[in-house]
Amino acid sequence: MTATLDQATGAQEGSALGVVPSFDVTLRVRRFTPETHGEEAYWQEYTVTAHGTDRLLDALHKIKWELDGSVTFRRSCAHGVCGSDAMRINGRNRLACKTLLKDLNPDKPITVEPIKGLPVIKDLVVDMEPFFASYREIMPFLITTGNEPTKERLQSAEQRERFDDTTKCILCAACTSSCPVFWTDGQYFGPAAIVNAHRFIFDSRDEGATQRLEILNDKEGVWRCRTTFNCTEACPRGIEVTKAIQEVKRAMIRRAF
Amino acid sequence: MQTHQYDVVIVGAGGAGMRAALESSRRTRTAVISKLYPTRSHTGAAQGGMCAALANVEEDNWEWHTFDTVKGGDYLVDQDAAEVMAKEAIDAVLDLEKMGLPFNRTPEGKIDQRRFGGHTRNHGEAAVRRSCYAADRTGHMILQTLYQQCVKQDVEFYNEFYVLDVLLSHDLTSGSVEAGEEVRVSGVVAYELATGEIHLFRAKSVVFATGGAGKIFKTTSNAHTLTGDGMALAYRRGIPLEDMEFFQFHPTGLAGLGILLSEAARGEGGILRNSEGERFMERYAPTIKDLAPRDIVARSMANEVREGRGAGPNKDYVLLDLTHLEPAHIDAKLPDITEFARTYLGIEPYTEPVPVYPTAHYAMGGIPTNITAQVLRNNTDIVQGLYAAGEVACVSVHGSNRLGTNSLLDINVFGKRAGIAAAEYAVGADWVEMPSEPEVGVVTELERMRTSPTGERVSDIRRDLQNTMDANAQVFRTGDSLRQALADVRALQERYRDVSVQDKGRSYNLDLLEALELGFLLDIAEVVVVGALNREESRGGHFREDFPDRNDAAWMKHTMAYRRRPGVTGPPKPARKPRQSKAAAAAAALKAVATSSVEPDGLTHPEPAPEVPTATTAVAGGPGATAPGVFDIVLDYKPVVMTRYEPMERKY
Repeated sequence: MTATLDQATGAQEGSALGVVPSFDVTLRVRRFTPETHGEEAYWQEYTVTAHGTDRLLDALHKIKWELDGSVTFRRSCAHGVCGSDAMRINGRNRLACKTLLKDLNPDKPITVEPIKGLPVIKDLVVDMEPFFASYREIMPFLITTGNEPTKERLQSAEQRERFDDTTKCILCAACTSSCPVFWTDGQYFGPAAIVNAHRFIFDSRDEGATQRLEILNDKEGVWRCRTTFNCTEACPRGIEVTKAIQEVKRAMIRRAF
Repeated sequence: MQTHQYDVVIVGAGGAGMRAALESSRRTRTAVISKLYPTRSHTGAAQGGMCAALANVEEDNWEWHTFDTVKGGDYLVDQDAAEVMAKEAIDAVLDLEKMGLPFNRTPEGKIDQRRFGGHTRNHGEAAVRRSCYAADRTGHMILQTLYQQCVKQDVEFYNEFYVLDVLLSHDLTSGSVEAGEEVRVSGVVAYELATGEIHLFRAKSVVFATGGAGKIFKTTSNAHTLTGDGMALAYRRGIPLEDMEFFQFHPTGLAGLGILLSEAARGEGGILRNSEGERFMERYAPTIKDLAPRDIVARSMANEVREGRGAGPNKDYVLLDLTHLEPAHIDAKLPDITEFARTYLGIEPYTEPVPVYPTAHYAMGGIPTNITAQVLRNNTDIVQGLYAAGEVACVSVHGSNRLGTNSLLDINVFGKRAGIAAAEYAVGADWVEMPSEPEVGVVTELERMRTSPTGERVSDIRRDLQNTMDANAQVFRTGDSLRQALADVRALQERYRDVSVQDKGRSYNLDLLEALELGFLLDIAEVVVVGALNREESRGGHFREDFPDRNDAAWMKHTMAYRRRPGVTGPPKPARKPRQSKAAAAAAALKAVATSSVEPDGLTHPEPAPEVPTATTAVAGGPGATAPGVFDIVLDYKPVVMTRYEPMERKY
């Protein structure tokens, strides 16, 4: 069972299967391999043949599996839910597994770099610890007082909807590592941590909003955001990140949430 | 090499591993070792929901849930385990809600519930709304919520560490460990991805929660990292694998890609159609139609394609039709899967039907456990201190076919049980002596692959494995196709001995880890195929065209596959102590069955073992001891536990 991609064009009404033929694509990969090539990063180009539904991740796999096994990147689910493969593709933060090659203008080499602002360890692999440390600091868990109810806590559909957008976060770091403030100041909590604070601040069941707002009122907190919207553009889950940050700012001023 | 000591070591940080960690870490000193960051685990890809008879929207009870689970599993389910799961499901869902999981809500503010395949009211009368859900990202919410609680509880993680061996007090592959003898776990050997350094974890309890092995197939909903690691490690150490021939093919994978589209699409009203626009499930399951269990739907779809009613230019898929649903309803209940169709196939589900075809999804089999999540080393004896939960385990609550949503339930119910049991055991247990130089086998194998200048390429062997498994061991199987698959897998195992990697470095050498993972895949694929070849009947996810009927008289039993050194299938030594005589008799029965059932099928390796590893590596074990040809697969059977339900014909 495979879709044959280089024939039967137009046979299917609007179906992507069978429409886009195979094509060659060149990837210009930012490499950093201190064990073999010293402490300087460098560019390396690879050309592979791709098919109509191939994602950038498929091209990277082709490189790794057929041309150069040393090219190193993280990946797991390959369909945009695990958050492993955020990288900088043609200068924009995206997930390699959600970026279709045919959408990238394969006539020119596609540049692939590690996400910015986090220490590069090898090729496209960065140290995620500072990112997760910020996440942990905003107390990303439900805070309640008193006895738990016997059954579930009640929450109306409207209350549930209030924080729906920010529950979608997969902690891929595409937003935080697209933020110019984060690039120059690694101490800044960054969009992802604020998104996850938002997820609890606006959850009607949570009683920890005051503590979280206190944390984010810090000089490295929400006030550093300059609303450049890079994060919103970068989010592979379509979360309105900048809007969430603004809502947290407003909650801080009005203490209303 | 670094050494660590914990009371409990949990291997894997998906739903089952983190649920276990939440219990264990509040009781005793616990570490979680995971080859991924916890939030990357594939629990996060689960979509549709988690069933529990909350009866929030209509009448329901856990007994109906138990019955559906047993019937859905084509009666190979251990009914005591299914009953535990269905009963504890209710608290498992409420636990998650109290941890903060954002479930969808009813107008009264309670957890909302929806229909799902095979879940019915009053023993099959009609579909029931039992699945608790958060849009079509329930797994994502479970994974995030459990991770949030782990952060709150300050659970200690070793992220991007690969466990490559589990250490036991006895060499079970020798076949000389008598039934009744106490076998204990003493720890695990792990590899740190960032540095290439070996870490030895000494532990009183070890919990395996490493997930599935979908990457033995080409078309799969599984992550690249689901390579059967935990199953293979246990198996290599002589622990049996149960019911591995039963693999679930999820009906609705995106055609050609295998990406999962939740059964919730049909729970919300989606309809499967063939090229003629016919709702073909009406012919195969007249009562619940598109919401029949997955094995039935997947086979029906494959049959439509086979009989020429497939859609598309090559007539090789069917269509999932959502076009009659309100776009607002789709956006509210199925946002992610409709986005998958748009992103990966360029299909707009509001107006166009989505091309779908079955995709390898879930291993019903795994490491056998009892209902306390203790790992069994034969039909009755446990390995002291060793536990397993989730897809890696076989309790067996899924029998020969898992019902949708029961996996998210399984990880929560049995993850919790494993965590409690592992911690309670560790608190009262003594430390077990570790073998001397336990890392030798692992290090030898790693270094051989890393330093070998040339050799077989990992991706070539893996591709050939996945191709033969898709062609010969998928939805439809025959004796001939399975013999072909077995011959192919054995040939690939031979090639694997010469495998070499291009990346020669120590830091983040994922090339090397892919090579090790391929070794696991080859071992698991072999067990799957041998079990499938041996089971001459059709049941649940295992369909033999040459034996199309379920045969309860001969096959109402679990398969137990053991890795043993050649020549240990003969009569066992008599038991030394009289009180062991019953167990020894069981062992004798095991070996008698094994000998008679295996040899006529040619399932043992006929030729003498070439290049048996040196005594040191063989005893120290690890991947170095697993070269193909050195061990036989010995098959035995375990009775199915039946408490309430007599096997009936399975009609929907």
